[in-house]
Amino acid sequence: MNKEFSVVGKRVIREDGFDKITGRAKFADDYKFDGMLYAVMLRIPSAHAKINSIDFSEIENNEAISAIITSADVPGIKKTGLIKNDQPIFCDEKVVTPGDVLAMLVGNSENELRNLVKKAKVDYTELPLITDPAKALDQEAILIHPDNGSNLIVNHHVKKGDVEKGFEKSDHILEQTYTTPLIEHAYIEPEAVTAIPLGFNGVKIIGSIQNPFTARRIVAAVINLPLDKVQIIQAHLGGSFGGKDDTMCILSARAAVAALKANCPVKIRYTREESILESYKRHPYIMNYKVGFSNSGKIIAMKINIIADGGAYASMSPFVTWRSVVQATGPYEIENVHTEVRAVYTNNPYTGAMRGFGSPQPIFANESLMDEIAIHLGISPVEIRKVNALKNGSITATGQKLENHDVNLIQVLDKAIYAADFQNKWRANKKEKPLTKEFDFNNPVLQDYQYVEPDKLIQKGIGLAVSYRGCSLGAEGIDTASAYLSIQNDGTVYLLSGLAENGQGMRTTFAIIAAEALGILPEQIFYLETDTSRIPDSGPTVASRSTLMGGGAVRNAAEILSGRLKKIVKEEFKLSEEDVVSFRENLVFSRKKGLTAKFSEVCKLAYSLGINLATIGYYKSPSVHWDEKSGHGDAYFTYVYGCQVAEVSVNIGTGEVYVNKITAVHDPGTVINKLGAEGQVYGGVTQGAGYALFEGITTEKGLIRELNFDQYLIPTSKDIDVIKPVFVEGKDSYGAWGAKSLGEPTLELTAAAISNAVRNAVGKRFFNLPLNLEEIVLGKKLCPQEVKRGSLQ
Amino acid sequence: MITLKFILNGKEVSITTEPHIRLLDLLRDKFDLTGTKEGCGVGECGACTVLMNGRAVNSCLALAAQVEGYEIVTIEGISNGDVLSPLQKNFLLHGAVQCGFCTPGMVLSAAALLDQTPNPTEEEIKDAIAGNLCRCTGYKQIVDAIKETAKELQVK
Repeated sequence: MNKEFSVVGKRVIREDGFDKITGRAKFADDYKFDGMLYAVMLRIPSAHAKINSIDFSEIENNEAISAIITSADVPGIKKTGLIKNDQPIFCDEKVVTPGDVLAMLVGNSENELRNLVKKAKVDYTELPLITDPAKALDQEAILIHPDNGSNLIVNHHVKKGDVEKGFEKSDHILEQTYTTPLIEHAYIEPEAVTAIPLGFNGVKIIGSIQNPFTARRIVAAVINLPLDKVQIIQAHLGGSFGGKDDTMCILSARAAVAALKANCPVKIRYTREESILESYKRHPYIMNYKVGFSNSGKIIAMKINIIADGGAYASMSPFVTWRSVVQATGPYEIENVHTEVRAVYTNNPYTGAMRGFGSPQPIFANESLMDEIAIHLGISPVEIRKVNALKNGSITATGQKLENHDVNLIQVLDKAIYAADFQNKWRANKKEKPLTKEFDFNNPVLQDYQYVEPDKLIQKGIGLAVSYRGCSLGAEGIDTASAYLSIQNDGTVYLLSGLAENGQGMRTTFAIIAAEALGILPEQIFYLETDTSRIPDSGPTVASRSTLMGGGAVRNAAEILSGRLKKIVKEEFKLSEEDVVSFRENLVFSRKKGLTAKFSEVCKLAYSLGINLATIGYYKSPSVHWDEKSGHGDAYFTYVYGCQVAEVSVNIGTGEVYVNKITAVHDPGTVINKLGAEGQVYGGVTQGAGYALFEGITTEKGLIRELNFDQYLIPTSKDIDVIKPVFVEGKDSYGAWGAKSLGEPTLELTAAAISNAVRNAVGKRFFNLPLNLEEIVLGKKLCPQEVKRGSLQ
Repeated sequence: MITLKFILNGKEVSITTEPHIRLLDLLRDKFDLTGTKEGCGVGECGACTVLMNGRAVNSCLALAAQVEGYEIVTIEGISNGDVLSPLQKNFLLHGAVQCGFCTPGMVLSAAALLDQTPNPTEEEIKDAIAGNLCRCTGYKQIVDAIKETAKELQVK
């Protein structure tokens, strides 16, 4: 840690903590308005169907219904999307996934509407289903979006050198296929939003919205109003993890359409079942990796072919898979690379942004493969990684030279293996042949040979994974952020940024940055309500970019204002030109004269002199570039590095994998709030462990089986034992004093580390997440044949 | 309609309501105590946890009519005005709050634990909050906060 900092790097209590701990913080469903109505969705239990007609005759005159909203009521664009406009606000031709909404009933009793909506008669014709992404591009496959011309959403590729020649030169070749499941974000707060009509002033929307400016753009287009007539206010957000973007944009748009038609505030709030049914998820990937390497472990060629299940809509698939194509070879310098990533349409739940964003999948594959190479050559997982690791000056698969920051991959690896005593434990636990016994499905009675001695039942294992991650948006698009800072004449401060607090602690991080730059305390900074009418659009709160980009903007704002104050101090206290003024602990110092004034006195003085003490700070990312045709470019302007070591106990009788310890070493650049940073690690690792061990949405005829937390299991307090966060603070010149990214890096490599630990424990490689009981014992996934549960029928 | 009399956050209250609503709806809609959250509606997530005669219960699984004569405590009744309880203070000091949606239920489960088991083991703490799902924190800092509170209360 940099010793010069007074608040940066300390453990700072959350700025919104008091409101949250007392129950006063208002989340989206806690808002009520006079005359507020509710809206309830009409869906059909089909994943692919042509809608012939919708008959409301039995209910349209019911007094409980104030309005029935269909596609015909949408004044602006009828289909929307973050990248491609392929998702209808209300479906009127066909449904392509079971979450699709055909219409909405509006009225003041949500309960009555839920009963009435069952009486709308939808005549529809089932269409053939595509649920296997590997078959989506078959010649005979039905087109889910015929105007797209095919079921291909996007195809990215990266080429470096010549892989075929590389394979020829290799001493060994390994080829493996890995799969990962469909994952629900499982924020504990389900979606909720209220739209309030403002007459000539348009509409005001308060909701659980991750990206207020994206929501504004989509709502404005759907209700056909200019941007300034759509005001989006973010309620306290009960978790997002990338998941309250598209869904919330569409719910906001539906609420706005209804509010304008009914001329009343209209609230939409989802049950958990509706949330899981309609919200997008993390992409399942099918990943084929072929690798050629020398006797010494140097990787000579890597050929990767990935199919990502985009589900019914394009959503963020083009960007998610772009991150995959850039990072799929892992943090290794490889001479010959050919990576193809295709995202395809299916009738499965659609997939988009989720914490990790196209990295957890290839990291699982790639880091599993690295261990297999090590085992193949009889060397340790550490050695194979060190032989191939990216270092300062290395050239990535996309041809980018890594420079201008500390490429700390080997540093985080060394720190992690030392902290976890990896090498000794790995050798001690290593199994030469599989301990799990093959299971005969034709004769499912346990045989003598399957008997496990009680003392052999629990097997310990240790495994590691490393990763690198491009920070912020990279070549996805414009990457800027803004922050408003206003110093009052008593030295207190208002702060607001165009990025959003999703629970991660961004507001606190920004308050620390402003406090550091002004030499005051974070408690003196009051963070204003996130409102699209008060602050410039700063892009979405995604890609672990807030601290880096927003932090850069806050620092810029604070330095603009501290510059103005310093000028006044010099003039008023008659300091010499070459003297240096600094702010610390609410005091103002001159290098030559020492303590000069209190911070609040200088603020008051500035006010009396008519000096403007409010400003908008701005931060624009350094330029990056990408050539989609050649698959080359400087994809991201800087990177972060991490290594996690997992220690597990595997019960080879039941298949249970218990995580005893995760040592998580990350280089996020400068740590701004130690308390918040540790929280990111604990939370990210825990989500990553759920991904490794039991999470997964499955479907039957396209219908989701796991619609609530009784079936979709996320980690509880009892599932993971020790998590040890360690930070290596590499130097970087960007953002606020080189503070970069942490939220996603903490999650992306956990499953790979756990999978490698399981391999170490039982001597068998598993290729398909999650590593649940049946995967470990039977080597396959079990699912009930019929979907019969949940409050939605 | 039925009339219910019970003690809510230390005060005797009486309310006339439909008999079929859940305790969760009674608290949120009739008393405007929106600190109690709904996360799943089926008793799995614990976001709606309140204390009923000192025991942590999921208010989405209790009928309003069941509170007759009971003492109910919600998150709004845990602090003394603006003065935080030791548990609340430690939640903040240990970083046990991120998005905050599970927080009220988590605090109440922890309060019930410390009331019944003043000096809990780590396993007992984990058991007590096993019915409260949190997607942000990974539970570590929550467990630390509860542990620290128990320690402080022991000293007193």
